[in-house]
Amino acid sequence: MFDENDLKHEFVQLLSEDGIVKNEGIPQLSNETLIELYEWMVKMRLFDEKMLRLQRQGRIGTYAPFSGQEAAQIGSAFALEKDDWIFPSYRELAAMMVHGYPMKQIILYTMGNLKGSQTPKDLNVFPVQIIIAAQTLHAAGCAIASKLKGEKHVTVSYFGDGATSQGDFHEALNIASVNKAPAIFFCSNNHWAISVPLQKQTASKTIAQKAVAYGMKGIQVDGNDILAVYQVMKDAVEQCRNGEGPILIEAVTYRQGPHTTADDPTRYRNDDEVKDWIERRDPLKRFYTFLQKKGLIDEGYESEIKKKFTEDIDRAVAEAEAVAQPTTDEAFDYVYDKPHKLLAEQKREVQRFLAAKEGNGHG
Amino acid sequence: MANLTMIEAIREAMEQEMEKDDRIIILGEDVGKNGGVFRATEGLQAKFGEDRVMDTPLAESAIIGTSIGLSINGFRPVAEIQFLGFIYETMDQIAAQAARIRFRSAGRFTVPMVIRSPYGGGIRTPELHSDSLEALFLHSPGLKVVIPSNPYDAKGLLISAMRDDNPVLFLEPMPLYRAFRMEVPEEPYEVPIGKANVVREGDDVTIVTWGAPVKLVQKVAEESAKKGISVEVIDLRTIQPIDLETIVQSVEKTSRLIIVHEAVKSGGVGGEIAALVSEYALFSLASPILRVTGYDTPYPVPPIEDDWLPNAPRIEKAINKVMSY
Repeated sequence: MFDENDLKHEFVQLLSEDGIVKNEGIPQLSNETLIELYEWMVKMRLFDEKMLRLQRQGRIGTYAPFSGQEAAQIGSAFALEKDDWIFPSYRELAAMMVHGYPMKQIILYTMGNLKGSQTPKDLNVFPVQIIIAAQTLHAAGCAIASKLKGEKHVTVSYFGDGATSQGDFHEALNIASVNKAPAIFFCSNNHWAISVPLQKQTASKTIAQKAVAYGMKGIQVDGNDILAVYQVMKDAVEQCRNGEGPILIEAVTYRQGPHTTADDPTRYRNDDEVKDWIERRDPLKRFYTFLQKKGLIDEGYESEIKKKFTEDIDRAVAEAEAVAQPTTDEAFDYVYDKPHKLLAEQKREVQRFLAAKEGNGHG
Repeated sequence: MANLTMIEAIREAMEQEMEKDDRIIILGEDVGKNGGVFRATEGLQAKFGEDRVMDTPLAESAIIGTSIGLSINGFRPVAEIQFLGFIYETMDQIAAQAARIRFRSAGRFTVPMVIRSPYGGGIRTPELHSDSLEALFLHSPGLKVVIPSNPYDAKGLLISAMRDDNPVLFLEPMPLYRAFRMEVPEEPYEVPIGKANVVREGDDVTIVTWGAPVKLVQKVAEESAKKGISVEVIDLRTIQPIDLETIVQSVEKTSRLIIVHEAVKSGGVGGEIAALVSEYALFSLASPILRVTGYDTPYPVPPIEDDWLPNAPRIEKAINKVMSY
């Protein structure tokens, strides 16, 4: 028989929570690259905080913050090449931006502008997915396509721990593994699916071990240790490019804020738990300590980049706010390649309505 | 010209398009070695290989979700859902994903895929095999829904579907697969999606129908002609988009409309057609619009399905009713 307790369980961690090197296997990255990784973390933390403020001010719509998950997102996306594919959930905005998605468009999306999810032509990033785990199947198919075409591109789908309860997640792992597809299933286990904790989401000890049932490799990594995430992802990408089939990565991390701006986490979460993850296990603090000990950064540098990134983010917000609001008639342009007659008639009806409204406004 | 059954015409359409366009791949349950449960893909795996005719795990959502990813990354998948009653398993991937990706990405990503599925009643299947669920997909913007009623249309419409840049749900009436043969051109050709077919001209009553009931309605129309009632029969062919123009033109001529479909009555496509005709041609009508449909029950067990489905006496009764106004 199979016993869960017999499964070999490795938790990949390279930096301790105090930012000390625990493991000799840390990736050989140049000082510039280490700093670049840290800068992404700072920029994304500032971005996330800014978006929360914009939502409170009514300048954007519902927003799903990712503070606390920067290492998982940035470390993993940083290990990809430009032509690799990303199929994100709504919380993977940092991973998208690291892969090249313009910040201005991310902000536009949160403002409800259709153009916000119009991925630039040369970028392989799918629009954020709202339906939990649906993107895991798109990623499986995309990866199978790469394999059939003989391309070396890797496809990553990002999702949370809640997604691992969905049928699509299991169907995706299964079909990807049967086809030896170059797909990476990247789970940011942030411990909470809105108000439901991990232990009510799954009875298995880890999410990574679910891979075993599908005949593929699963690996659990400290998702708040950016070097560990980067290294695990780099290895996974290499495995995929070598045609060794898909991998499930579980990055153990924590969502420091609410699920979205629409819920109040104090209703369901223990303050001590939140405090522990924010004060003792924050991914930015850990990496800062590591870099500081290496003599690469200091507080002066930190405040300098914060000032610069705040300006960059403010500029992106201003640019997004300068974009004209979408009009209802635009919605008809993207339903089919060419609108059919009844749809075209509805579009004309909307245009007449808008013209009349405009006329009244000036009158 | 070859004399083909509908299933042979469907198979030929796929084979010919696969020869021309190597982006087309077939995937689904049992489509490979077994050639599909109805043999629609017979011999195609032997000819094109396992990479182009893929047997999938038994997972409907995976078949459609994976096809979406294949489409995004350069292929034109033709996915088979073994029976339409199994399509509920895929509702998210069809209605919320495939149908909406063009919209959600403002045109950046498109899903040029075809979903084929046998459907329709009268052949004594186990439960959840015969359901007519086309209305669910009429209600899902971004999809096209196509239903052939004869071998010629089946080949031409399926070729159009495979060449279409939108996701197309292609529903194949099971009772018609081997019901009759028809002359079908050997070369590939298109029957346009979105264009209804006036299969019989008439002056007194218009009957709009699609799929298996087309033959039945034609027979009833022949009988009616003997009694002096001239029935125009329209085979809708495409449920989304609906060819309203052809319907309205016909109603303006006949002034009476009956819609015949196998699906349950409430919320069916018949209701949509009736509403459209009342919007666009109300004053041409000399009588209420009637529907002859399946009843509002789950698809019934075999011993009672003949009475449950639209049949000749029920259609005749509807004709008499609209004529008596």
